[in-house]
Amino acid sequence: MQCPKCHGQMQTYNRNGVQIEQCANCRGIFLDYGELEALTRLESQWTQPAPPPPAPQAYPPAPPAPAWGAPHGGHGGHGGHGGGHYGGHHRHKSFGHMLFSS
Amino acid sequence: MKPRGDGGAADGKKCRRSWGAAPALLCPDSTGDTTGRDPLTTLTTKPRTAPGSPVTATPVTPTRLLAALTTRAKVTAHPRSPHRCPCPCPAGTLADRSDATVVRHADTVVKAHAPTTLPADLAPRLATATRHPDLLLPPLAPAPVALHGRLVTFWPYGTPVDPDDPDAAPWEAAATLLARLHRTPAPPGLPPMRGPAKAAQAVARLQETVPPAAGAPVLRAWSALPAWARGEAPMPDTTTLCHGDLHLGQLVRHPAPDGAWRLIDVDDLGVGVPAWDLARPAAWYACGLLPPDEWTRFLNAYRTAHGPAVPGDGDPWPALDVPARALTVQTAARAVTKAAAEDRPLDEIEQSLVDACARMGSVPPQLPSSSAK
Repeated sequence: MQCPKCHGQMQTYNRNGVQIEQCANCRGIFLDYGELEALTRLESQWTQPAPPPPAPQAYPPAPPAPAWGAPHGGHGGHGGHGGGHYGGHHRHKSFGHMLFSS
Repeated sequence: MKPRGDGGAADGKKCRRSWGAAPALLCPDSTGDTTGRDPLTTLTTKPRTAPGSPVTATPVTPTRLLAALTTRAKVTAHPRSPHRCPCPCPAGTLADRSDATVVRHADTVVKAHAPTTLPADLAPRLATATRHPDLLLPPLAPAPVALHGRLVTFWPYGTPVDPDDPDAAPWEAAATLLARLHRTPAPPGLPPMRGPAKAAQAVARLQETVPPAAGAPVLRAWSALPAWARGEAPMPDTTTLCHGDLHLGQLVRHPAPDGAWRLIDVDDLGVGVPAWDLARPAAWYACGLLPPDEWTRFLNAYRTAHGPAVPGDGDPWPALDVPARALTVQTAARAVTKAAAEDRPLDEIEQSLVDACARMGSVPPQLPSSSAK
């Protein structure tokens, strides 16, 4: 079979049980009647069983904190979570720095 | 007592040179003889620096008192052969501050209390620890002795919280001990818990030593607090047994090294508002110094043990707000005083405390509801 566009030689491939013809010259693809729908159906079957994309990781609700608290001190009123001084190095520093003193 | 020094470099109580004279003046036996011939000089100038051990910059205890404490600790630890030398036991100065000097020898710890400590106040506090050894580390002897003008008490050594291991901090144990303490009937004659008085001391020291501008946000936050929280009026609760100075240096495992956690340091123990004992962790959380999950662990453990300071569920802040503000102010006051004495700017963590004080101005203190005793 010849390519209707560039008259190159078409080659037959089997994709998921669907016969498609591709031009060896211009890479164009020729589909028989119903083959586009067959491919579309196969594609939807491929994606449907997959789990929906995971929702963004939900943070546990921050415990209540006073309005004068640090902006990132976990206060719901500030809408913040995380932050503060307690990550990594800061956490270690504040731990030894303050939490053992009168 | 504190069988460890304060690892926290920001401990405002840690004595500076300007305070050094006070204990000596109050010590009747002090002759001012601090020549270097005392064999214990190395102890005073080079405290041990093993994990959990003190780093004390300036010795404040008169050498003779320290020598006497060291001897007492050794004699108590080795009643049969106290003079055998050299002694391989772990020993050294655990704390050397204006308000306390603590010396360890093996399983014995000796504490010289603040020069201003009254026998009539210390006795019922010691008796409370003796009576509740499941909550408080019990003293080895039921009564203090006088030594070089100071009241001295004797304690078993307990293993402290490791300041280098935040993940191992015993938040649940601390909260459970506090809940049980708060539910324990206070013995008659116990004086008020000293939390507000200590906060007032820190603020007074800030006012005495730092130019007003530097301390302005801290002093403004302080002035907005109710009189009881500033130590100027009786506390609204005069019956609940409180520790009065909870922080992570106030917990030890006894018997060492892996016994049950116990509270130490009865100097501020007394009757008062129990939320004060939760307020330092609460303040750390509010200021962003304590992660939300650790604060939650602490609070949940306290509630699980039916502690009376906060309602059993819902927002605890109506009960915590005033004490947490007071302890934020106290910690900020000490930080500003310390930074000024060292002629340096505030570090990031100290600044976060002052910033919290500044924010307090725009939010009036919450009043506890009737259910949040």
